[in-house]
Amino acid sequence: MVLSVDIEKTLGDFHLRVRFEAEREIMALLGPSGCGKSMTLKCIAGIQRPDRGRIVLGERVLFDSEAGINLPPQKRHVGYLFQQYALFPNMTVEQNILAGARGGTRQERRATVAEMVRTFRLEGLEKLRPSQLSGGQQQRVALARILAGQPELLLLDEPFSALDEHLKWQLELELSDTLKAFPGGVLFVSHSRDEVYRLCDTVCVLTEGKSDPKETIKELFAAPATLGAALISGCKNISPAEVRPEGLFCPDWGVTLRTAQPVSDRTRYAGIRAHYFTLEGEVNSIPCRVSRVIDNVFSTVVMLSTPGPGLLRLELDKDRWAALGEPRELTLYIAPEDVMPLTE
Amino acid sequence: MDWYPLYNSLRIAAISTGIIFFLGIGAAYYVAKAPRLVKGLLDVVFTLPLVLPPTVVGYLLLRVLGPKRIVGAFVLEHFDLKLTMTWWSAIFATTVVIFPLMYRTARGAFESFDETLADAGRTLGRSNSWIFWRVRMPACRQGILAGTVLAFARALGEYGATSMIAGYTPGRTATISTTVYQLWRTNDDAMALRWVLVNLAISAVVLLAVNLLERRERREKPAWY
Repeated sequence: MVLSVDIEKTLGDFHLRVRFEAEREIMALLGPSGCGKSMTLKCIAGIQRPDRGRIVLGERVLFDSEAGINLPPQKRHVGYLFQQYALFPNMTVEQNILAGARGGTRQERRATVAEMVRTFRLEGLEKLRPSQLSGGQQQRVALARILAGQPELLLLDEPFSALDEHLKWQLELELSDTLKAFPGGVLFVSHSRDEVYRLCDTVCVLTEGKSDPKETIKELFAAPATLGAALISGCKNISPAEVRPEGLFCPDWGVTLRTAQPVSDRTRYAGIRAHYFTLEGEVNSIPCRVSRVIDNVFSTVVMLSTPGPGLLRLELDKDRWAALGEPRELTLYIAPEDVMPLTE
Repeated sequence: MDWYPLYNSLRIAAISTGIIFFLGIGAAYYVAKAPRLVKGLLDVVFTLPLVLPPTVVGYLLLRVLGPKRIVGAFVLEHFDLKLTMTWWSAIFATTVVIFPLMYRTARGAFESFDETLADAGRTLGRSNSWIFWRVRMPACRQGILAGTVLAFARALGEYGATSMIAGYTPGRTATISTTVYQLWRTNDDAMALRWVLVNLAISAVVLLAVNLLERRERREKPAWY
């Protein structure tokens, strides 16, 4: 299975331009809300029609604007898990799953339903309606309904957004098992870097409708290449940057930082993660003044004013901060390999 | 007491309700999905009979269906059939008058339908007609049911357009409403009152049926819903 997507779509003043290829892997489309993630999934499923481009799944062309091909959703064999699951409210659990079973005789479809009920531990719930189920049970029914049709590709649109916080963890573990057992490729849409980090192999970051090249999850968090990737991967300190012979000049912080990562003439920003600063070091020192201290649940966040006009955010364990004894001034160090040069 | 007007009223209302059930739902489905300009235009046309005086509807119908008018003359010549002044002529009148009631309630129901359910059905490989009959219609059941009952009740009470196109012939085109008017005009107050009571009884039963249906609908949902 190779999914290849290269599409464009304009909606009002929003312009979607997405290009990526996915192998048989769990790939994330990661980006803030409104960046076009769901729109991309809808184009792949055939619910929305791109203006231009091509979508190929394995040997089959699902969409090709030049060749005039646009398969209806029914013929794409692409499973779509909707944000609110979209279970048919007038049907029982059993009928919902049966609606997803394709082909074969009536008996074979019945057998598929029975198998799905077992796989997703829905025994005893067969005759209930979706409104009588918990959020987690609804998600299991929705997955059972999709997998009953044996799709070649699975699209998951923010699968945990409809759930209470304390339910998410258990369901994430379950979903992780389901995804690993699924023979085809999986596209996982999310705005949560934590979910993506735990569940996915590779990631494609979307910023305002534009996609970055695909990278592995590890790459994204170790060395995000673009501003959008840095922001979505949770980088809290970002300054415009200028490449100079002695390093990256960051006007917001009024310092020039050496970096161990490659820079280019397209480098526009520098990023530093809030918990990567050290309080001792040899290079890249930044003299700061403590401006605010915020207590988090398990850590302390310190906002520091820098030689430049911008603030830096430092995050460290509560104990470590307490041991420092409320300093007014603090010199931060950042290792060159932790200074991330970023492109637009 | 001659029960013909009751029988005639009921069959006219039943047949025209049957017709607009499909016409109204079809029109509502199409308009709900139509592009904005078409939607605005069709909506005005389809709703017009609701705000026009029934006599104006009757006049317009006679302009088209009258024996000397274009459709009426054509049918008279080729099928030897007069479209006006028969018991079923009233069906034309009631159908036009009650169409907006069905159309508007069905459209409201369709527009509040969650389209992701239809999208889900399509990605699961289900045909559009399967989705329409198995998902969309059940989800919109309450609105459509309300529209149907409302249309039936209104058809039962139609007077203006009916009297113009079907007239009042006792035992042939008389309906409850035309009979009440005729009896009142001829000073048969006691008889008129009887028919008024019959009409009141039917309307009360219809409204009671709607309320019962709605209550059952509510009970089907779990208590915590």
